[in-house]
Amino acid sequence: MNNVSTKITHLTWRQRHHSTIRAVRLYARTFARNGSAMFGLFLVMLIVITAIIAPWIVPYPEDAIGAVHMDLKLMPPSWDHWFGTDEVGNDVFTRVIMGTRITLQIACTVTGVAILIGVPLGMIAVYTGGYTQEVIMRITDIFLGVPGLILAIAIVGALGPGIINAMLALSLVWWPGYVRLVQAKTLSIKNDIYVQAAQSMGAKRLRIVFIHILPNCSSPIIVKASMDMGMSILGAASLGFLGLGAQPPEPEWGSMISIARNYLPDWWWYSFFPGLAIFLTVMGFNLLGDGLRDILDPRHRE
Amino acid sequence: MLDINDLKVHFDTSKPLKRKTIVKAVNGINLSLAKGDALGLVGESGSGKSTIGKAILHLVPITSGSIKIDGFETNPLNRKTERELRRRAQMIFQDPHSALNPRLPILRSVAEPLVLHADLRGSELRAKVAELLETVGLPSQFLYRYPHELSGGQKQRVCIARAIALNPELLILDEPTSALDVSVQAQILEFLKELQTKFSLSFLFISHDLSVIRHLCNRVAVMYLGEIVEEGLTTDIFHSPKHPYTQALLNAVPFPQAKQPHREAPLTGDIPSPVDLPTGCNFYTRCPKMMKGTCETTSPILSELSESQKVACHLHS
Amino acid sequence: MTNQPLLSIRDFSLDFDTFDGVYHAIDDVNIDLHAGEALGIVGETGCGKSVTAKSILQLLPSPPARVTSGEIWLDGENFLTLDAKSIQKKRGIDVSMIFQDPMTYLNPVFTIGQQLVDVILAHQRLKPTADRINKAAAKTRAIELLERVRLPNPERQFDSYPHELSGGMRQRILIAQALSGRPKILIADEPTTALDVTIQAQILELIKDLIDELGLSVILITHDLGVVASICTRVIIMYAGQVIEDASVNEIFGNPRHPYTKGLLAAVPHPTQHASTLTGIPGSLPNLLNPPSGCRFRERCPLVQEKCSERPGWTTLSDHHGIACWEFSEEKHA
Repeated sequence: MNNVSTKITHLTWRQRHHSTIRAVRLYARTFARNGSAMFGLFLVMLIVITAIIAPWIVPYPEDAIGAVHMDLKLMPPSWDHWFGTDEVGNDVFTRVIMGTRITLQIACTVTGVAILIGVPLGMIAVYTGGYTQEVIMRITDIFLGVPGLILAIAIVGALGPGIINAMLALSLVWWPGYVRLVQAKTLSIKNDIYVQAAQSMGAKRLRIVFIHILPNCSSPIIVKASMDMGMSILGAASLGFLGLGAQPPEPEWGSMISIARNYLPDWWWYSFFPGLAIFLTVMGFNLLGDGLRDILDPRHRE
Repeated sequence: MLDINDLKVHFDTSKPLKRKTIVKAVNGINLSLAKGDALGLVGESGSGKSTIGKAILHLVPITSGSIKIDGFETNPLNRKTERELRRRAQMIFQDPHSALNPRLPILRSVAEPLVLHADLRGSELRAKVAELLETVGLPSQFLYRYPHELSGGQKQRVCIARAIALNPELLILDEPTSALDVSVQAQILEFLKELQTKFSLSFLFISHDLSVIRHLCNRVAVMYLGEIVEEGLTTDIFHSPKHPYTQALLNAVPFPQAKQPHREAPLTGDIPSPVDLPTGCNFYTRCPKMMKGTCETTSPILSELSESQKVACHLHS
Repeated sequence: MTNQPLLSIRDFSLDFDTFDGVYHAIDDVNIDLHAGEALGIVGETGCGKSVTAKSILQLLPSPPARVTSGEIWLDGENFLTLDAKSIQKKRGIDVSMIFQDPMTYLNPVFTIGQQLVDVILAHQRLKPTADRINKAAAKTRAIELLERVRLPNPERQFDSYPHELSGGMRQRILIAQALSGRPKILIADEPTTALDVTIQAQILELIKDLIDELGLSVILITHDLGVVASICTRVIIMYAGQVIEDASVNEIFGNPRHPYTKGLLAAVPHPTQHASTLTGIPGSLPNLLNPPSGCRFRERCPLVQEKCSERPGWTTLSDHHGIACWEFSEEKHA
């Protein structure tokens, strides 16, 4: 016995984590070979880094909080104003860059809240079964049956426009997808033999859920979350465009386009650059999600 | 040590608005197993042999009947009996690959029963798991490996290590080698045999492979459609099978030798559905020795033929 | 045995390109099948028995599979050089194949009769117009085939769906489909592994009768030595992508020579003779990403010698017995 325990302590960190290291390498290599996934990762990294350092890199920080320079209004892109200026003379480049912060904030909140509501509900549904499951799943069905954006518009309409209310509304329409996903996955894992084995050893429900089921359905959740980051950005921009989300002068892409559309086509840069930002961000998250699915789904491996 | 009395496991598979369908997977079984015994439960798919194993551990809902382990009743299960049952009886499953959580390193899989029942933590736990791995012939580096990095035989050894972690008295083996190659199967079978004598374990060995049962078990029960049709010492059953179904099973086993023994024509037809059991003897629809007027009307009862052999057949009552 | 073989696999090697590198699945395999013969190919998981058989009809997706050398001759044609269109015409006509799990190969939304008729009609397209048969004739032929594979009540079963049939019946349907093009060779890849013993006995009986009645040549791929013993006339033992012994059934079971063959036989429990212990083969299969040089069995072999790091040549021990092992090579005796 002593002998055995010394043998274990003699294993180096590398030996103990051999499998994990190998798995990470395999993931990294598979991912690195996937060109579009790498491009997605690049875009997402770019956006995240931009969001972090935004206040220090923008040329005109005061333009993001509603300064007015009527003398500079609607200037085309130039050396001083890369993306041009808007109708009150604010630098569009500054506002687009600062917009990444709001956008990521919305995306993380909406996806995070959706996961926090959806995942537990999905598991509770499977593990309680019977009446509770019926109630949870039918409510989910009702939410899934109503077009998400329309429901969000209705909720914001009732609560009043504003960025907090927009996030709240989007979170409320976003969780049902996770319930469906987790419920389906949990139902199949629940019948897996290792779960039966754990039951036969006397493992209680909570232990089974947290040790055996949750880790095994994390992959599809991660993939869906990555895709949903992009989709919720689109949703937030739509609300902003309709005037229900962030209110000017907050530099939110959707609301910027909403005003900018009045200046098309002559002052194209005003709506083009926020639009491009939305496009690149959503595409980045979608490509990343696709890439993650390829490496996390075992059916795509070997 | 294990005493099963009139065990019934019925599954309600009815769909809404359709005819009530009840699968009678196990339909009134009596079995007993002494300490150190190895009882083989043999039958074809749909015979209910696996269901019995799962019912003992309450992995399927039991319809009625009593299951006693060491004299204490486990049906219905309460907090206290559950703890006792989980310590004393362990199961090894057919496919070692799916019996291990793919996300857990071997250390945590094998540690599961110890964490649940023995209250071991940290380095003590690690040492105990390493010791168990050594018992089943695996190096301690495997502690930190994941199931997908191991071969089938190695995975089954891990499962065995997990099953013997709490020194159980009863081991239920559900086709433990049928997913393995023959050369690996031989290693595992020999190892199980060693284990049995070393810890004087009782085995309930569930298999469709008569040769494997013959090699490992001292007693055999043959099942057909949820009932035991013949039971007795392995030597008796293999040398003088009395029930026509047992005879047919033995007759159907291909021999790994050049000269094939003379064979009767194989059984015709398929196993009837356990939803619509035949009236009378379950086997009469396929039985080559069916007696008109008796077999299709009354079901035979399992009766003692000799001290060591019981059979449920009208030919022998 | 001196006559021309019906099917001849020469120096066949095949690799799989995988993430971890090149997996050398098949290494220089030679197999002959003579007319009317029932040849068993036996080996454990990963020995390449299935891969070899599937390669005959180019059934392996490529990539990852890549043939690196060899020829597969049938009727004066090298099957490995045929393009996708020509090999399609050979499938089911020259060579048919049946598999372990019949359900995967039947379409669940069509009746078995329909599927069988479709296969028969598909074969007609390859014939000269005058010889083609119409739908009604195809149905008659389908029912004939179902009778041939002894499906009970073929007329009634004609309209049933695959899920309504038992595993044994589905395997019969698959055999009927395989026979519909009147092939010369039937390749059965673990045809009874998923079936119960009593049903297995029925299917084996059927295959045996088909060999006798139709003069079919059969390649039976299995891991079960008992199954081979009950219907084959000749047996090839494969290990880690190489053929290591090739002999008549009598020789393999009565006089096995290769240490691996002996090990396999000692590992199988016998249904009637009680052995006190089974001896498994120590060790495990070599990793074919990086196979040992020479004899691939040498790391587990009780007779291992220095020479084994070179590939042993083929030694003919008698008319019905060949082996790849240095222990029996002539060089050793010379």
